[in-house]
Amino acid sequence: MKEYQTITEISGPLVFAEVDEPVGYDEIVEIETPDGRTLRGQVLESSDGLVSIQVFEGTGGIDRNASVRFLGETMKMPVTEDLLGRVMDGSGNPIDGGPDIVPDERRDIVGAAINPYSREYPEEFIQTGVSSIDGMNTLVRGQKLPIFSGSGLPHNDLALQIARQATVPEEDDVDESDEDDEEGSEFAVIFGAMGITQEEANEFMADFERTGALERSVVFMNLADDPAVERTVTPRLALTTAEYLAFDKGYHVLVILTDITNYCEALREIGAAREEVPGRRGYPGYMYTDLAQLYERAGRIEGREGSVTQIPILTMPSDDITHPIPDLTGYITEGQIIVDRSLNSQGIEPPINVLPSLSRLMDDGIGEGLTREDHADVSDQLYAAYAEGEDLRDLVNIVGREALTERDNKFLDFADRFENEFVQQGYDTNRAIEETLDVGWDLLSMLPKEELNRIDEDLIAEHYREETPEAATAD
Amino acid sequence: MSQADTESVDEGGVIESVSGPVVTATDLDARMNDVVYVGEEGLMGEVIEIEGNLTTIQVYEETSGVGPGEPVTNTGEPLSVDLGPGLLDTIYDGVQRPLDELEEKMQSAFLDRGVDAPGIDLERTWAFTPIVEVGDTVESGDIIGEVPETESITHKVMVPPDIDGGEITSIEAGEFTVEETVAELDTGETISMHQEWPVRSARPANEKQTPTEPLVSGQRVQDGLFPIAKGGTAAIPGPFGSGKTVTQHQLAKWSDADIVVYVGCGERGNEMTEVIEDFPELEDPKTGKPLMSRTCLIANTSNMPVAARESCIYTGITIAEYFRDMGYDVALMADSTSRWAEAMREISSRLEEMPGEEGYPAYLAAALSEFYERAGKFNLINGGEGSISVIGAVSPPGGDFSEPVTQNTLRIVKTFWALDADLAERRHFPSINWNESYSLYRQQLDPWFRDTVAEDYPEVRQWAVDVLDEEDELQEIVQLVGKDALPEDQQLTLEVARYLREAWLQQNAFHDVDTYCEPQKTYRMLQAIRTFNDEAFSALDAGVPVDEIQEADAAPRLNRMGTAEAWDEFIDDLESDLESQLRDLY
Ligand SMILES: Nc1ncnc2c1ncn2[C@@H]1O[C@H](COP(=O)(O)OP(=O)(O)OP(=O)(O)O)[C@@H](O)[C@H]1O
Ligand SMILES: [Mg+2]
Repeated sequence: MKEYQTITEISGPLVFAEVDEPVGYDEIVEIETPDGRTLRGQVLESSDGLVSIQVFEGTGGIDRNASVRFLGETMKMPVTEDLLGRVMDGSGNPIDGGPDIVPDERRDIVGAAINPYSREYPEEFIQTGVSSIDGMNTLVRGQKLPIFSGSGLPHNDLALQIARQATVPEEDDVDESDEDDEEGSEFAVIFGAMGITQEEANEFMADFERTGALERSVVFMNLADDPAVERTVTPRLALTTAEYLAFDKGYHVLVILTDITNYCEALREIGAAREEVPGRRGYPGYMYTDLAQLYERAGRIEGREGSVTQIPILTMPSDDITHPIPDLTGYITEGQIIVDRSLNSQGIEPPINVLPSLSRLMDDGIGEGLTREDHADVSDQLYAAYAEGEDLRDLVNIVGREALTERDNKFLDFADRFENEFVQQGYDTNRAIEETLDVGWDLLSMLPKEELNRIDEDLIAEHYREETPEAATAD
Repeated sequence: MSQADTESVDEGGVIESVSGPVVTATDLDARMNDVVYVGEEGLMGEVIEIEGNLTTIQVYEETSGVGPGEPVTNTGEPLSVDLGPGLLDTIYDGVQRPLDELEEKMQSAFLDRGVDAPGIDLERTWAFTPIVEVGDTVESGDIIGEVPETESITHKVMVPPDIDGGEITSIEAGEFTVEETVAELDTGETISMHQEWPVRSARPANEKQTPTEPLVSGQRVQDGLFPIAKGGTAAIPGPFGSGKTVTQHQLAKWSDADIVVYVGCGERGNEMTEVIEDFPELEDPKTGKPLMSRTCLIANTSNMPVAARESCIYTGITIAEYFRDMGYDVALMADSTSRWAEAMREISSRLEEMPGEEGYPAYLAAALSEFYERAGKFNLINGGEGSISVIGAVSPPGGDFSEPVTQNTLRIVKTFWALDADLAERRHFPSINWNESYSLYRQQLDPWFRDTVAEDYPEVRQWAVDVLDEEDELQEIVQLVGKDALPEDQQLTLEVARYLREAWLQQNAFHDVDTYCEPQKTYRMLQAIRTFNDEAFSALDAGVPVDEIQEADAAPRLNRMGTAEAWDEFIDDLESDLESQLRDLY
């Protein structure tokens, strides 16, 4: 391995060096600074005689005398089942004081694309215990379903609630007969933090430790004061680990990545340093492709036991869903869960706004034999009724309740109760799907039967509560 | 992709630089668009720029680890597709490598690189039956024989467009591989079932006709309000989650095309898997045969190499043209053309070309119109007729239609299905906005609808359009004063409009019955709502208060028409109940 002391330029996170042998694109580079630190980086562009290198840990401390080594391989993640229970930094070095990691294998972190022909369509219902998700935006194994939030909103509480409560109900019964102490259908959790604060990190770690989840977790921590460029590596380490556990070791893996916004800022920083032509709002033109290379690493594979389910979290700058980060994410992921500022100030926990939320894989994951026969219809009807009630709220501000028809007033009441009884449940309540649907029927029974035009007539006959549901509210 | 005969290989090239999918090489003797193999692993690429001794190549596979000094070889052939029996019931990547074949060769569920595979199986034999005889004279494009390709499609074996033709000196029925000769001409030319065609040039055809037949979609809002012609073009722009893909899937499933080419361009892996899993199980309403047997899938998902995303559109349209040449009506769906445009942008910016609007290359508009121009109803060079309908999804950033891809597309296409986030949010599906959308084919298709569905089809449609327009105006007033403040006749109009929206325009793609609605049913449903309208207004005129009219319990049954299995009977009963109930009120 040849060492060079040929750095010609240092600019932001980039270093340019002259070489006299060919260097591969994406290859890993080690740079030794005069003060004895070793920094790692990656080849961004390689031409005859000159390479540009992106340094993960930042270029602070590098000068023209630093020595550069090309390792002749692309970045790898050492993988083993023993990673479960371990905490690492954003570059994959253990920071929990535990033993060295003895890898089974070292895997390329970029990860190859899953052949679409080899995928299996995800359709196993995951019960998160959260009504607005299970009932109306159902998550399935192998889905990528991000949480779109805003700064200061309780997205972490929601993510933790999902991580704690997520199970696949049917498999419970099957697995438990095999082996008593087996985790059954619990998930292995991979947590990839990018640029979050120490305080937020503590919140996650404390919850993992309190619930014993850490044992079946792998944590990668790049914190706010860690180098920004490292953030482009952290999620790839996390996903490489996830794929290994899922597709080689048969785990059902839940990957939580937070905060994608910080990841995208890092991409923008690198793009700017390379003087690329920027795309929308200064983010690189290839950001869609780059994000897809993360998000598409979720799924199921034909003939393999495990699965990778992703819940990325992103905070929308100024709560703007058309900002490139949520926009490009929404174009790639299979839906989104929206955490809403005004519901949050109303004290709704979790403050999920179901209207702009969506789960695209819901339709195949629910229904008879999966959840319940009436699930799809109830969900559709709840949407339609809530949307109608929501609309009327604007009108009622102008004309007052008296100017509305009786029908309209019912929809207004429905919208209020929907928020206070269906969405509102608290972060510690774990509702089974039947319970969620029953709450749905309580609310729908406020409306005249004829209004339930999204629900099959037989199902109405079976579930509609004939008596006025006022009594049911008194608790 | 085409396994071009590699006689003319040039091995002289050496990599000069690598930046993502863009590689430059020196000393390569190449023409524009030649296919080359890059590096020790032989990654497939295409020449996209030549400047002096320096050749720029876009590489269709990941380039990690590839470095300067590695060799580049030129095949001397442009990027081409293999054409012949075996295209249907297949899934390809963007450069026509069969994905099942790749899985087998790579022994992995993950896409490795440096592995190539021919677009059609070169070993498999097919039963060829001639339809011409020795002594017949044939010309370019003429059909000389047939092969049962799938359950539903007969493949026509043609004289390739680049062979002039002549007198047949030998032709025989039998089992042949695609490369074996099935016919010989007196000119010495031989014809096999295999053709190759460079994807970036259109296959030849004679002039285009004005299309007069609709591509029946089985979707009420489309067939009813905004029809597309067989041979027409349509765009579906909409923000994420508004229903572009579901709309495209619905067309791929239920439209009455003979052949469907579905191009998943830079979108989700699972969406392609869904098609692979669903289509073999679904029946073509026209033939009763599995849908997959008329379908060719091209999947270059968002995480697959970006250069192959750029080419997948061309691969798709060339395959579509080949089936058109056999006289078929082909429908091509491209989801999403925006990802294709972004792939162009990405490559262009790596080439450091002068960017046009929003960083897209200056030739964006030209590339889009060239693509949509390959659609149409054509007179074929063999004297027959065939059509290609092209339906492109557009994914505008932030859902804002003023961006370059949407705008440049709208300048070309004649049907515009505008998806609306607001409608999608309230789960009004398909969320095609009836105020913004249009079809410039309406007039030319009207005679077909009159003849085939109902004599007064255009009039009934116009009635629906008028009611929806009126609702739109009334809604503005309602927003200010509330519905109760409106005069009774206007309240009734709002009620009728609500049925138009909820019972007719909405259609649930996931309901077994509702998912497909034949034009006859679309028409009858509309008529039933009109019956309600007419009876209700008569009652109102007779002095019945609007509240009482709304109480009539037959009316909400309008909402069940879509999901009714025996719809004919259901609608008959409903109409007579509406009549009797509303007439009883006065
Ligand atoms: N006709 C329909 N019937 C029922 N549901 C529908 C219909 N159209 C769309 N949907 C719902 O909307 C969701 C999103 O639709 P779709 O995936 O087609 O959006 P899209 O516009 O392609 O989004 P993206 O740009 O992100 O790919 C679907 O998963 C489905 O739940
Ligand atoms: Mg889509």
